Amino acid sequence: MTALTLAETIIAAHAGLEAVVPGQIVVAAVDVAIAQDGTGPLAIEQLEELGVASVKAPTCVFFIDHAAPAPRRELANAQKTIRAFCASSGATLSDVEMGVCHQRVVESYAKPGDLVIGADSHTCMAGALGAFATGMGSTDVAVGMASGQTWLRVPETFRIEVTGELRDGVEAKDLMLTLIGDLGADGATYKALEFGGPGIVALPMPGRFTMSNMAVEAGAKAGLMPSDATTREFLVGQGREEVWRPLAADAGAAYERVVRLDARAIVPMVAKPHTVDNTAPAAELKGARVDQVLIGTCTNGRLDDLRSAARILRGRRRAPHTRLIVTPASQAVARAAAAEGLFDVFWDAGAVVTNPGCGACVGIHEGILADGEVCLSTANRNFHGRMGNPEASIYLGSPATAAATAVAGEITDPRELL
Amino acid sequence: MSEELLRGKAWLFGDDISTDHIAPGRLFHLRTDLPALAEHVLEDARPEFAASLAPGDFVVGGRNFGLGSSREHAPRIIKLAGAGAVLAQSFARIFFRNAINVGLPVLQCDTSGIGEQDELEVDLSAGEVHDLTSGAVIRFVPLPPVMVTILNDGGLVAHVKAHGGFALPQG
Repeated sequence: MTALTLAETIIAAHAGLEAVVPGQIVVAAVDVAIAQDGTGPLAIEQLEELGVASVKAPTCVFFIDHAAPAPRRELANAQKTIRAFCASSGATLSDVEMGVCHQRVVESYAKPGDLVIGADSHTCMAGALGAFATGMGSTDVAVGMASGQTWLRVPETFRIEVTGELRDGVEAKDLMLTLIGDLGADGATYKALEFGGPGIVALPMPGRFTMSNMAVEAGAKAGLMPSDATTREFLVGQGREEVWRPLAADAGAAYERVVRLDARAIVPMVAKPHTVDNTAPAAELKGARVDQVLIGTCTNGRLDDLRSAARILRGRRRAPHTRLIVTPASQAVARAAAAEGLFDVFWDAGAVVTNPGCGACVGIHEGILADGEVCLSTANRNFHGRMGNPEASIYLGSPATAAATAVAGEITDPRELL
Repeated sequence: MSEELLRGKAWLFGDDISTDHIAPGRLFHLRTDLPALAEHVLEDARPEFAASLAPGDFVVGGRNFGLGSSREHAPRIIKLAGAGAVLAQSFARIFFRNAINVGLPVLQCDTSGIGEQDELEVDLSAGEVHDLTSGAVIRFVPLPPVMVTILNDGGLVAHVKAHGGFALPQG
């Protein structure tokens, strides 16, 4: 039998084939199809154009997370359209209080071995569960919801082989920024990233989510992790033990490229404006003044991330000139963080704690930057204009780096404050 | 692709033009009003572009055009604003797929020799861009057959409606 990569294994199974090869075009069955309040209304328009009254893919979910709750009339009306469509079509609604789609997908919907498509580019995050998950546009997702199928070009796979474990104060975000800096923002365009090796086996689930989330920032179509004991433990925690199954690439699978990273050699990294591959060690940017820090988002808004930030913020306050915004990735995360007193730590440190959602990261509300301002964010993108103002600049870093930066008021290597 | 000959002027954009340049989040509320959003297309990269382009003009990018968000509104408003095609050295994956789905030609070719406001003629069937200002002839990478099928059918929704499902060249 042909040895397959993880991406090839999942795509072949969904196309009803024994094996697939890179470059092959297949029509594959979709398990989970999602859209959000930015892309959902257009998907619904396309579903109506297709004459579809009820959705066919096994799990179809619309998330209202980008502007949650609605900050203006146009968006309130768009959200009303989504609620009405869900009520009539059999699609599931995740309303304004529930949190960011990608976090909700891994908490409640995606399973190891699934094919997940989503009208949001960071849909690739679910790849951390051992799924093939990829972002598409509203039309592709509408067709996927309507027919239960999508077409795919089987991607070549880059194997990202990680050895060693991260040192104290260094996080999965730093590992991923290092990788993106090496690959380049288009270095993996059309490819699947497959993470593996002892460094990944040792990496807890939240870090795996962060890395798969950012696969698209190297241009990749998907970012897959093996489904192992760590995956199982996560699913048990979500009350979904029954959906777990082990999944890994075949020994001897063919990779277009193998990239090796030693986790022990990684240091706290930041991406400088205005591209994610414009990376440098945080220590080299000491002295860069920051007006706002955002901790949260689908990239780094999980409980572990908030704990990491709280570890540095406990007993400290933000610099007077640096606003601090904390946005948990989901209601479940927020509930757990509140229960262990993390919100008190953030409030005492001078933070604003917002509703779970995407608002500030995508420049819609709850943290828009002023002209000339600089933000350090734990999000996944620092593009020109991203946080609502083309006259502002964005740096990206880990929750620990973000917390240390908020305290110092300038970009700071978090190891200075541990 | 069809037998069309496209003609217009070149508007140059650099490398890494993101969907935030094309359709920024600060205009998120206009996503359900695409004609209004199209008035701002690419505003954060070239503020004068939307108001100045003539129907059929070309968006000419560098590397990794359309990176970022899956927002399909981006290719839709480039088309709605009147651009005839996007030419770039390379495209981000989701943007490329979205453009085909909505019927916007996206042509991967060497754009480095094209000058601002050069008069271009694109011969879709011959796979050539003629820079009438410089006299250069630039070949573009042919679209994969699956995308030619979708584009010729008028986009993905029209394809699925016409065939009652997917009818793509596989292999």
